[in-house]
This record gives sequence, C-alpha cells and structure tokens, in this order.
Amino acid sequence: MKYLYFPGCSLKGSGKAYEESFLAVAKAVGLEIRELEDWNCCGATAYMSVDETRSYALAGRNLAIAERENLDIIAPCNACYLVLNKTQHALKDDEELRRKVVKALKAGGLDYKGTVRVRHPLDVLINDVGLDKIRALVKKPLKDLKLAAYYGCQMVRPYASFDDQHDPVTMDKLMEAAGAECVPWPLKTRCCGGSLTGTVPEAGLRLAYILLREAKKRGAGAIVTLCPLCQFNLDGYQDQMARKFEKVDFPVVYFTQVLGLALGLSASELGIQRGIIPAGKVLSGAR
Amino acid sequence: MTEKFEPKIVAFFCNWCTYTAADLAGVSRLKYAPNVRVIRVMCSGRVDPQFVLEAFARGADGVLLGGCHPGDCHYAEGNYKTLRRMRMLERMLRGMGIHDGRFRLEWISGAEGDKVRTVVNDMTEKVRALGPLDLPGKFKEWDKEMEELETQVNSGPAKGEAVHAR
Amino acid sequence: MSDNKQKKDALPRVGFYVCHCGTNIAGTIDVAEVQKYVSGLPGVAVSRDYKYMCSDPGQELIARDIKEHKLERLVVAACSPNLHEETFRKAAAKGGLNPFYFQMVNIREHASWVHTDKKAATEKAKDLARAAVARVQHHRSLDKKRVPVDPNVLVVGGGIAGIHAALTLANAGKKVTLVEREATIGGHMALFDKTFPTLDCAACILTPKMSAVKSHPNITLWTYSEVEKVEGYVGNYKVTVKRKPRFVKEDLCVGCMECIDACVFKEAKFRDKFNQGLGKRKPVYIDFPQATPKVVLVDPETCIQLKTGKCKKSCAAACDRNAFDFDQKEELKELQVGAIVLATGFKTYDAGRDPNYGYGRYPGVFTALEIERLVNASGPTSGEVVLRDGRRPKAVGIIHCVGSRDEKSNKWCSRVCCMYSLKLAHLIKEHSGAEVYNFYIDMRAPGKAYEEFYDKLLGEGVHFIRGRVSEVSDWAMTPDEEGKLVLRVEDTLAGFVRRVPVDMVVLSTGLEPQTDAQEVRRRFNIGCGTEGFFQERHPKLAPVNTFTDGIYIAGACQAPRDIPDTVAQAGAAAAEALSLIDAGFVELEPNTSHVLEEECCGCKSCVPLCPYSAITFDETKKKAVINEVLCKGCGVCAAACPSGSIVQNLFDDEEIFSEIKGVLSK
Repeated sequence: MKYLYFPGCSLKGSGKAYEESFLAVAKAVGLEIRELEDWNCCGATAYMSVDETRSYALAGRNLAIAERENLDIIAPCNACYLVLNKTQHALKDDEELRRKVVKALKAGGLDYKGTVRVRHPLDVLINDVGLDKIRALVKKPLKDLKLAAYYGCQMVRPYASFDDQHDPVTMDKLMEAAGAECVPWPLKTRCCGGSLTGTVPEAGLRLAYILLREAKKRGAGAIVTLCPLCQFNLDGYQDQMARKFEKVDFPVVYFTQVLGLALGLSASELGIQRGIIPAGKVLSGAR
Repeated sequence: MTEKFEPKIVAFFCNWCTYTAADLAGVSRLKYAPNVRVIRVMCSGRVDPQFVLEAFARGADGVLLGGCHPGDCHYAEGNYKTLRRMRMLERMLRGMGIHDGRFRLEWISGAEGDKVRTVVNDMTEKVRALGPLDLPGKFKEWDKEMEELETQVNSGPAKGEAVHAR
Repeated sequence: MSDNKQKKDALPRVGFYVCHCGTNIAGTIDVAEVQKYVSGLPGVAVSRDYKYMCSDPGQELIARDIKEHKLERLVVAACSPNLHEETFRKAAAKGGLNPFYFQMVNIREHASWVHTDKKAATEKAKDLARAAVARVQHHRSLDKKRVPVDPNVLVVGGGIAGIHAALTLANAGKKVTLVEREATIGGHMALFDKTFPTLDCAACILTPKMSAVKSHPNITLWTYSEVEKVEGYVGNYKVTVKRKPRFVKEDLCVGCMECIDACVFKEAKFRDKFNQGLGKRKPVYIDFPQATPKVVLVDPETCIQLKTGKCKKSCAAACDRNAFDFDQKEELKELQVGAIVLATGFKTYDAGRDPNYGYGRYPGVFTALEIERLVNASGPTSGEVVLRDGRRPKAVGIIHCVGSRDEKSNKWCSRVCCMYSLKLAHLIKEHSGAEVYNFYIDMRAPGKAYEEFYDKLLGEGVHFIRGRVSEVSDWAMTPDEEGKLVLRVEDTLAGFVRRVPVDMVVLSTGLEPQTDAQEVRRRFNIGCGTEGFFQERHPKLAPVNTFTDGIYIAGACQAPRDIPDTVAQAGAAAAEALSLIDAGFVELEPNTSHVLEEECCGCKSCVPLCPYSAITFDETKKKAVINEVLCKGCGVCAAACPSGSIVQNLFDDEEIFSEIKGVLSK
C-alpha cells in the first residue's frame, strides 16, 4: 500500500509530533509513505477568504503533482484534508473555475484531471489496513488508559466521507484496538476555537476550555485528537485558562502517538516530549 | 413620408391562464397595442410547432405563445411539453434566419392581466423595430426566381452556355 | 349576402352576428362596417348587428334565422367565450342547430375594451371575424357523451377524515366500503388524550363515530386491509383490496381478550407500535380497548405458533367462540365503485433526523406522540408523565418546529404543532407539576378559540422562549446543570443565549406525507405536489378534487391540517362524491381527442404524454387508442402526433390552420 504524504505547514512546525508519530506508525503497519514532492501550502481557511480562485489553484497544484505519480494522498492535518477535498469538489462542480485553475496549472507545466483521492490517516488505518491487522500488531495494549476522542470540525464538516457527521466513532474504535477505553461524551465535534484563540481570545479560549473541562469530568485521562490546530489550542493555552477559569492540567495527544505506543514504539520516536502539558505520565502509567 | 410599419402578431393563448388573463386585462380596461390576433387553444401544449411556422408563412411578423406557469398547467404537464417543443423550434427558426425576437413564449397566469398588456406592447415595439418579415412576399419573389431559372434552363444549354442562378 | 352561387352551394351557410353590447363594443368598433364586411365573405348567408346578442330577443333572432335561412353554422362576435359561449350554444340548439357548429369571436375584452384607436380596433374585429367564419366551416357536429355513475363509494383511510366522509355518505343512503390499513380505525386521533383548543377528550368524541361506522348498515368496514389495484374511470372504478390475515375470525371474535391473558408469553415483551414503543404487547394483541372492530389479531413475526408451528396455543383454547384460525390466508376482494375518497393521513417527522436534539441518544428526549401516550389515562403509564426510568421530571422543554420550517428537512409549517405544543404544555404541567418551557419561532394560533387558548397557557405559568434550540446535550457548566439535559437557545426577545436545564425534552415533530404516498397516489392515478402531499385540483377553488375525476382527497394527506378543518374537508369530499353520484351520469365536454385508426402508424409517441393515462396502445392492432371518457381535451397528443392522426374535436388542425390563415389574409 503506497501513498503520498502531504504534511502541510503545521506538521513541519508546531505539529511536528503529529508528523513524527504518523510516519512511525505508518512504517509499523506496513504503509509505504513518500512525502509529496515540491508541495506547497494548501492555503487553509485564510487564503480561501482572500481570493477563492487563487486559493483553489494553490491547493490544486498539490493535487496536480500527486496526479503525476498517480497515488492517493494522505493529509493528516484536518485543515489540509478539508481544503484539498474541497478543491476536488469545487473543480468537479464548477466548470468555469476548473477552466481557470487548469489554465494556471498548465502555465506551471502541470495538469489536473481529478484522478487522485485525498485520504485521512484515520480512514486509511481503519479501512485500508483494518482493525484486525492493527490489533494483531499491538504489542503493549494501553490498558487503564481512558481517553476522550476529539475529532474537531473539519474532518466531519461539511463532508463526512468515512464516519458519522454528528457522532463519529472511527478514532474511538482505533483507540480501543490499541487497548485504551474511550469515554462517551457529547463534544466530539465541537469547535476548539480554531483561529479565534488568536483573533478573539475571549471566545477561543473559552471554547477550548469547555472541551478540556468536560473530558476531565467524564473521567478521561487525556484528550486524543487528529488535528494539529485542535491539539495546539487545547494543549498550548492551559496557563491562560488557569488564570481565567480554573487549573486544567490535562494532556492532549495525537491518536498516532497513542497507537504508536501500543505498537511498541518509543515515546521519543513519537514526539511525546513535544507536548506542552506533559503526557508521558498518563500514557506510561497505563502500561 | 412612409407610413409607420404596423407589425402583425399572431398569438396562441391557452384558455385557462393566458386567455383568461387577456379577458382580465379587458375587464380592467387596460390599454395596449392592437397588433395581436389571439387564437384560443385549451392548452399551450396543443400548439404544434407547425402552427407557428404556418403563421409566419402566412404573413405574421411575430408569433406569441402564452401558457400557464410551469407547475400550474390546468392539464398538469401540458406547458412542460410546450417548453420542450418551443426550445427546439427556436433553434430551427434561428437556422431559417428568422430573428429571435419574432417568436416569444410567455407564462402568464389567469391573474396577470397587466402582464398581457406589457408583453403585447413590448413585443409590438420589438417586432416593429425588426421590420416586416413578409414571408408571403418572399415566397412570391422566390417563386418568380424559380420560374426565371426554369426558363433559362429550358432555353440555355443547347448553346453550351452555363446556367447561373442569381 | 354572398352572390356567388357556386360558393354558396359548396360552403356551409354561416350566420354572423356582431353585438353592440350597448356602447361597450359599438363605442369603439364600427359594428356596421364589420357587419357589412362579413356579409361579403364566402359562405356567409346572414350577417347582422344587434344591440345585445345575449339577451332573449338576441337569442331568438338567432333561432329564427337558423330556421328561416337554413343556417348551418353560427358565429357571434361579442364578449369572451368564457362568458357566453354556453349561451349561444344553447341558442343554436334551440334553433335546431348542433351547438358545436358555433364559434365565438372576442371583440370586447380583447378589442373594444383595450384599444383606443377606433380604426385599428375595427380592423382587428374584421380580422378575427373573418378567421372565425373560415374556422366554423370546418366544425363538425358533436355530442356531449354521457356515462353512468355507479352509486357505491370507496373510502380509503379510517382516521377521522375517512370516518366522517364514510358516515356522511352512508347517511345519504350510499353504500360505502371503508378500507383501513391498521387493525383498527381511529387514525392518529385515537392516540391523543385531549384535543385543542377545547381540551375535549379525543376518545370521547371519536369513539361514538367509530361505533357509528361499525354499526351503520350502509358501511362495510374492512380493517387490516389495503387497496392493491385501481382500474377504470370516473363513475366506473374496479378496485382490488387485499385483506391481511389476523388469524382470528372477525365475525366470531367478541373482543373479550381472554386469549391475551392466556398467551404462553406470561409477560408482554414486544414493541407496542400503538404506544409508540413505550409499552409492550404480546404476539396476540389488540391496539387499544376501544379498537374498532373489537377483534384481536396475531402478529406473525412474534407468534411462536406462526413461526415454528409448535405452540400449545393456549390462546385458542381460552377462546370459547372458537375464533382462532392459524391457517387463515390473505384474501383479495374486488369492488365496483363510482367514486373514491382518499383520506390516508400523515406520518410524523422522524426526530432522529435532527441529531442535535439527541433523540435516541438521550433517553430523556421524547417525541410529541410519545408524550400523547404518556399523558393518556389509558396509555402505558396510566397518564403519569414520567421519564423512561420512571422518574418524574421537574422541568420539561418543548421544542417547536422539529422538521418544519427548516431548510434542511421540511420547509413548510405543519400547522398543528404550535397548538399541540401548547396542549401538551398544559397537560404535562397538570399531570406532573413540572416547570414547562416552550421554545418557539412564531406562535401560530389561527383557528377559532386558538389565540384564547394560547392566552390561557400564558396565564398558567408556562415559560415561552422565542428562539430555535440549537442543541440538546448533557454536558453541564454549572452544578445545577449536572444530570440534566441542557438546551442551548438564543432568546431572541431578550437578546442573549440561554442554557436551560431540563429533565425531559419534547420534540414537536411536524407532519409529513405518509412513507408510501408516492406509491399510493400512482395507484390511484392522482398527482402529488413537490412536498409529496396529494395534489388538489385547485388550491383555493377545488381543494378536495383531484385532476382525476371521481377521486377526492380529504384531510392531512392533502396538507397538514387540524381536526376541525379535516372534518370540514371530509364533509366537502363526501359532498363532491354525492354530487357526482346523485347526478346519475357524467356529461363529458366533447373537445376530446381521438385517433384516426387508419392513419396511426403505431409509433407510440403519444402514449406517455397523457397525464390522465387516457392513451393506451392496442397490441393486437398496433394502434394507439384514446379513452374519450378519460380524455380531458388538452390536445397535447394531437400536437405531438407525427402523422397527424390524432384529432382533437373543436381544436383540430384544419380548424386552427384556417383560423391562422383567416387572421392574416386580407
């Protein structure tokens, strides 16, 4: 199983742990991953609000490069995942847009036909690798670890292509395959604040705080997530939350880190030390 | 000073909507151009494209077709068929060199007396600007041409002359 | 008078009359000029002008002229045919002329009233008159066809609409068959405890009507039955009804219910559909004690005997009427009726489609119909308003417009939900003493005494918050939200977002067409609107007729409707059916189409075009055939026929071509 890997800006920066853990896990379960050559920023939500057509062309360039190799793309970052998928939809439905974007791509020596798919790593693990195979590969099941599975918004809105839009369960199932227990809670897809933690902190901070508070209340030891911005919002502002609301002190990890540990990989391979709130104790206490 | 050209417009109005709307315009004493001659049909779906062609062939400068709004046809779906047929007819007319503005399909409900007025007035002016179509006159010309050509053919080739159409 | 003798012999003799209509026409159009002009046209034997053609003397003039001048066609240039076409047709008939040898010219509504230029108006009148004279010469003698009407009626659906329609028809002396899909009649109304705005007990007002249906000598009640096939046309329908097996003989069972007690299942354990899943029943059951007919039935999915053949059948043993018959089979029965009333009702919106409201996820979330059963004294909790675990709620939130007025689900307003939400608010408060909160967008109380009912509720201390609830969830922000369901809503009147903790949430689900509405309407050959409700002939002037003659609709199958309007509509449908039946026959307008068999090439282009399914294809002759009784005379097939072999009476090609030529050639 070969795939192209689209890291996006976050996974090379503040989300480095996600890249490290994803690549390590991919290797461990037998996926052949190669980073997309000469990839560019997907534009995320920011550029789309500035110039839609150019934004589609920017994102489309990555798709065009992937088409040359004729392999599907895995985009772990939720925003990149959404933007690339959104671009696919837009170019399929809007003839005029497609004409403009293809013209621009052709000027760069590329072409777009819409032949590759953009997949989420969760989708690939559950549907291509399969839970049975993963369970068979688990060496150190993380018993006694209670997690709150947090999916964020972009994986399910507006396209819920491999899971339920309101009550997704794929990450819960994967974590359970790793031996952990996922607590049922109603805030799985509730907004973490997104960019608001930077632009309107009063609103953004509160949204992230609510998630941490509820996860803690439900008896989880950590929140497990699949988006680098969610991870950052939940992990990075707990000092401000302590001043504004109450002390939280709650680790936030990537699902690839949890799975990696269960597969027997080391904490440093999985970038666990990169979390601002130390997660090692909670995760290792489970062994 | 030339007399102002008065276009002749033949209209096919469906009984339940457009014809009723025209009656309503009358009852309301709305005033509009006298250039339209209405032919009543029960449904715009009765209008065979041949009727439109016949109207042009007989000397109409414009043809107006009035039916119920889609979804409101008294016979459920007649107007959808009208729409299909007339879209195709429009292409044919274009191909024959008959200007778009001479054939018009309008949805006018039984309550839209005023729309009858505006459509008739608007169409009269537009067709007036296009000038007479006068297909009967053109047919006569073409018949004459054919006759002349025939004469030429019957008298020409013996001398080895080429025959040219004008 | 035309002086061309040859022409006179060849063409039918036309009588032409132009009306002055006082000054309505004569004030603008030079009627004398028109009269003179037409007199010179080929075929015109008589040309007159007269002050008021529609008056008695005017009509007598026509009748006299027909006899004296041996007229064979008639043209009157006057007002709109929609006004007086019938008048002059009758005048022609009085004179001994076939009424369809007549053509009317509209020179009032379409000319004298709308043009100021007198010369142009007169020219227009001449053009139209000339066209009519040419056209009428192609008219043929026609007759209005009469078809007899079978006096029996079929009513489909045994809810309050079907019950009322059936009783009205039966009281008028007609034989009615009432077919109902469920094992009992009563419909949704049988589920309710009280009805708004009077808070009448639903059962108290419904059960007498249900009994009346059962005991009426003119009504044949077939429950647990469905219509399989409908053939025929107005006045002459042949209907096939499938009667499903109850495994109990209906004429022997007296409804004592001893069999239910005796059933080998000591405890009821199967989902009780009537109680919306809140109660349980055994494989042998009756929907509710007042079910009509009062006959038990056996569920083949859960009965051990029916599934395995190995049961000691204590139910049958306990029955001293010997009514059980485990070999009972489905029966097909045929009916001949003249009219059909469809009263198939509605279904409620599936609350699970709004995951934000947590129905199915949080046990404290209920649908309105579930609450109807809870508050009902003969319901699964004997009228106690309790949660699924038996606890009494201290606070209840009622959310309006679930599945109504919503872009994502149904755009329409379901008309009854505001009122039943008020009713439930009142009943919940009365039965449990809980704090009740109604969350609404608008309060719609359009009926008689409805607004006063709303006022009453305001006085009872029910809280009303204007806002659309965005989410029902169980995460708590404060101690007093712990263990509660929290509703988040923007209170639009107060201007801030509220969190309202409650124990029980009631979703006021909207009304939708039945799941199989499309299938059913096709079976009866009627139409559906875009939302899926049955299509009425005209939204204002013909709300119970359909585009298919002889088939009427009543109640919520046509649109969401409350009980008073449903009963009114059912009465209207019954009246329409009676009007059809009591006339004894149906007279059909002759502007129908027919196929010239010799010219039909069998291409079948016409067959799918008819919305009334009047065109069929004769496989032996390989020709299209039009049923003139079903044909409504739109002419769509006539226009489509590539070989011109379909002729529409009064609007055939020759007639219209001559009219086109007539208006254009001077």
